[in-house]
This record gives sequence, C-alpha cells and structure tokens, in this order.
Amino acid sequence: MSIVVKIEEKLYQNRYIVDESRPHIQIRNDAVCKSCESQACTVCCPAACYTKNETGSVTLATDGCLECGTCRVVCQDKENIQWDYPRGGYGISYKFG
Amino acid sequence: MVEKFDAIVIGAGPSGNAAAYTLAKQGLNVLQLERGEYPGAKNVQGGIMYAAELEKIIPDFREDCPTERHIIEQRVWLLGDDNYIGTNYRSDAFNSDKPNRYTIIRANIDKWFSEKIREAGGLQICETTVTELIRDASGKVIGVRTDREGGEIHADVVIMADGVNALLARRTGFQQELAPQNVALAVKEILFIDPELIQQRFGLKDEEGVVIEIMGKVTKGMVGTAFLYTNKESLTIGIGCLISDFKEGAIPPYKMLEDLKNHPVIKPLIEGAEMKEYAAHMIPEGGYKAVPQLYGDGWMVVGDAAHFNNAAHREGSNLAMASGRMAAETVIELKQAGKPFNAANLAAYKKKLDDSFIMKDLKKYRNLPGIMHENKQFFGAYPDTLTAAAHSWFTVDSVDKRTKEKEIMKSFVKKRSIMGLVGDAIKLVRAVR
Ligand SMILES: Cc1cc2nc3c(=O)[nH]c(=O)nc-3n(C[C@H](O)[C@H](O)[C@H](O)COP(=O)(O)OP(=O)(O)OC[C@H]3O[C@@H](n4cnc5c(N)ncnc54)[C@H](O)[C@@H]3O)c2cc1C
Ligand code: SF4
Repeated sequence: MSIVVKIEEKLYQNRYIVDESRPHIQIRNDAVCKSCESQACTVCCPAACYTKNETGSVTLATDGCLECGTCRVVCQDKENIQWDYPRGGYGISYKFG
Repeated sequence: MVEKFDAIVIGAGPSGNAAAYTLAKQGLNVLQLERGEYPGAKNVQGGIMYAAELEKIIPDFREDCPTERHIIEQRVWLLGDDNYIGTNYRSDAFNSDKPNRYTIIRANIDKWFSEKIREAGGLQICETTVTELIRDASGKVIGVRTDREGGEIHADVVIMADGVNALLARRTGFQQELAPQNVALAVKEILFIDPELIQQRFGLKDEEGVVIEIMGKVTKGMVGTAFLYTNKESLTIGIGCLISDFKEGAIPPYKMLEDLKNHPVIKPLIEGAEMKEYAAHMIPEGGYKAVPQLYGDGWMVVGDAAHFNNAAHREGSNLAMASGRMAAETVIELKQAGKPFNAANLAAYKKKLDDSFIMKDLKKYRNLPGIMHENKQFFGAYPDTLTAAAHSWFTVDSVDKRTKEKEIMKSFVKKRSIMGLVGDAIKLVRAVR
C-alpha cells in the first residue's frame, strides 16, 4: 500500500493560536543535528515540524506543533532540543481532543 | 502580598478536575491552573470513559454529562494485509439505566467537569502556564510561579496533574525523563459522519455504541494498537506505538494512521466521513516499574504525570480521576487533623493508591506492559464461559483485576472438562500475573 499523505491538510483542520515569533521549541546546536545519524525527530514528529535540509542539518518550524513531547523524548540522548510549552493560551487548541 | 490557597492543582484534565472538585466540594480554598485556552484545549483521549470513577466523585453525573454513546459492543480485531480475525462481545445488558462505559469527546467532558468545579466554589484560571514550583529553604514546595505577571502564588500543598510530559516534576528533579520504551505516541482523527450511517454500519440504535480495538499488521511490526470508536455524529480513529519503535522505524505516525484508514476492512466503515481534527499525544505505558516518586514535602503527583496508565486494558482517565480524588482526600484528612503537608504525612496518599485498583492492576501487569499482544486466544471465539468472563473483564468498576480473575477462574474450573481450550486461555492469563 502506498498512500501519499499531505500532513499540511491534516494540520489545516486544527485550530492554533500562534504566538508570533516566539517558538516554544528550539534546536540548541545545529552541528549536533549534522552529526546525528538517525535524525529521528524528522520521522517521529506527528506534525512533521522537523525536516532534513540541504546542509545535512535539521530545520524546525513549530507552527503546526501538537505539543506532544515526542521530539524531546527521542532527542534526550543528544539533549539538543530545548522543549517548553507555549505561553498560556497559545498553541494548539483542540476543539474535540 | 502573595496570594495563598489551601491547595493549588496544576492542570484541568481528568486527574486535576477530580482533585480540584473533591477539594472544592469540601470547602477548601482551591486554585486550579490550566495552560489551555479552555479546559480540554490541550487534551487528547481516544474516547472511552468509564463510569465507575466519575460516579464516585459526581454520583449523578449522568444527568448532564455530555457523553456520546454508551458501549454495548466491544470488538477486538487482528488485521492482516487485507483481512481480519476478530471477536465481538455484545450484550443487551450493557443497555442499562446506568451504563458502565461511554464514548466521549474529550473537550466536552473537560469543560463540563470544570463547570462543576466552579459551581462547587473552586477558582479556576485558564491560559496560564505554571513555569516553576516555588520551594522554601528546606526544599518544601510552597507554591508556583506562572507565566503571568506577578504570577507567584502560594499554597499549603501543590498537586501536579499536568499530564504525561510532567515538565514541572522533571525540572524540579522529582522525575527522570521518559524512557522511549516506556511511552507511546498516539495520533488520532475525528471524522464527522451522518449518524444514520453509524447506526447502519455498526448495527446500532439510538445512543448505543461500538468500540473496536485493533492490532496487527497496521502497526508494521511495532508494539502498538489502534482503535475505532463510535460517537454520536462522528467516529474516532487512531493508532499508537512505542516511541522506541517509532525511533527505529522509518514510518511517520501520520502515515501509519493514513494506512489504517485505507485498510480494506476499515475503509468501508469510515467512507464518506469528513475529517475535522488531527491530534497527537503521548501515553505513559511503562507500567508499575515506571511509576515515579509520588509525593514529597508539599507536593503530590497524580494521573498521567504519575505514570498511572493501564495499557493492557486501555484505561487511563479512570486511573487519573481515582488518583486525583485520593490525593484530594489525603489533603482533606490532613487539613481536618491540623497536620502539616510534609512527606511523612502525605505518604497516606501512597497508601490509598496501594490499596486501590490502580497499584494492584499496575503491579499485576508489571512484566507485561502490552498484555493485549499476548492475549489473542483469550479474546478468541470461546462460547458461554468466555463471554461471561468477557462481560466481567470489560466491565470497568474499580474491582481489582485479580479478584475478577478469581471469579472467572471459578466459572472456568466448572467447565474445564468439556472445554479443554479454555484451560489454555487461563494458563495464558496466569502467565501474566
Ligand atoms: C490517543 C489516546 C487515547 C486514549 N484513550 C483512552 C481511553 O479510551 N480511555 C481512557 O480512560 N484513557 C484513554 N487515554 C488516556 C487518558 O487520556 C489519560 O490517561 C488522561 O487524560 C490523563 O489525565 P490527566 O489529567 O492526568 O492528564 P491530561 O489529560 O494530560 O491533563 C493535563 C492537563 O494539565 C495541563 N498542563 C500541563 N502542564 C501545565 C502547566 N505547566 N501549567 C498549567 N497547565 C498545565 C494540560 O494543558 C492539561 O489540561 C488515551 C490517551 C490518548 C493519548
Ligand atoms: S512536540 Fe510533538 S508535534 Fe511538537 S515538534 Fe515535538 S514531536 Fe512535533
């Protein structure tokens, strides 16, 4: 079975209250991503916030983040993700949950 | 002057709501803080709610609680590439005045529960993230700091009900980071559909509901399960696997969900439905051995933050509510006795947990966080005796699983001579004790 999934279409259904230019998650050190063999965050994140980029490193865009915490858990050996919740009231706002 | 409360509850999920409500109801001065826009805005649940624990807290909850359908049929399916073997257990006895399990939409329940807290006199503030626990020189927790201006608030005791990420306990050093093999990531969607189609496809009338637990090839060999639940006007579909497996595999979670939706057995059930929300959340599945320190000077931890989740039985919200209630009752008892909220006195909370189904069940499955995988024969097509067993098994009522098992055993022993196969099933159940 080969099905193309457009994650943007899924996230488009969600309600977000975006905290402009205040990302709640940050990659600490680009060089660490470059040397990371698995770059598991690019596969595990359910919102595809992490993508491999041309330089061999990882780009993070937190707008679609579902605040699950998975990226922090998979990167704990490298400790290269600084993870926090958005400010109160911001971020994903589930209508149904 | 810094404001001071009897108790601060962090989080408005089922555990925090149970705690805050129990405290407010007894007239304690309680403050509940929630980071979401409204209670439920950050929360995800597959959607089965067990009545027993909520009933203990709000006995007449059925009068206005916004549940979806009461469950009359439980299916367990094992999916192959284009087929499935499965078992169904359906009983008209589940059509009682006081149903045992309901499907729910989580945001609706959390909002409703929060209203009850306010009615009981609890103070609740949303859109406020607690950033830090405040401790005195001796290390005792005496309050919290929030991301609001001047956001320092004090209390005699702080109950952390902040869910699986449990950032506060981790930052304070009360807990270690989650091990990838002890936590699952689940993704789910809500699909709106004509209720008549739900009734036709699942053979239901009125507010009857069916739930399907799914195992098999859809998890691509990873430890995990999927589910499909019927709501009033929607279906909930989701899949979750251990993060350690996701980390090694090469398939993103949303792709796995899409494959599930397109499985030839599942597709006809959801055909024509409109997707309205996509959600993801972690589930603590490490069981008994992953339960952290549960209390200390001035603090307690409840619900998912305390790793209270019975993955084998897909129970979480009821453990959350029960632990929230027990934490609150501990506070009430100490307060009435005029005793301080130090670790020695708060140990009473742990005692309550140990005596309850929470710790008994977690302990029972301590070597097997994934009993569903070992249990396929148990859900097989054994008639009579097994359906009776299943009825008891799927009835969640806070009787601990060992007591239930004994009762089921007794009924099996009677029939063992005629049903050799049943003995195998029992051996299997025993093996996981
Ligand atoms: C996909 C999925 C399906 C599930 N299916 C079922 C099911 O069918 N039946 C069942 O019983 N259980 C199920 N569960 C488990 C159940 O959802 C959890 O066990 C339950 O929600 C735990 O409740 P809680 O109150 O401990 O935590 P949560 O529900 O996670 O609530 C924590 C709350 O704390 C808030 N918070 C966190 N940090 C802060 C902070 N710093 N400041 C302020 N607020 C904060 C959050 O916004 C949130 O509202 C499922 C879970 C998932 C993910
Ligand atoms: S918290 Fe979850 S959704 Fe957000 S970036 Fe990390 S893995 Fe992705």
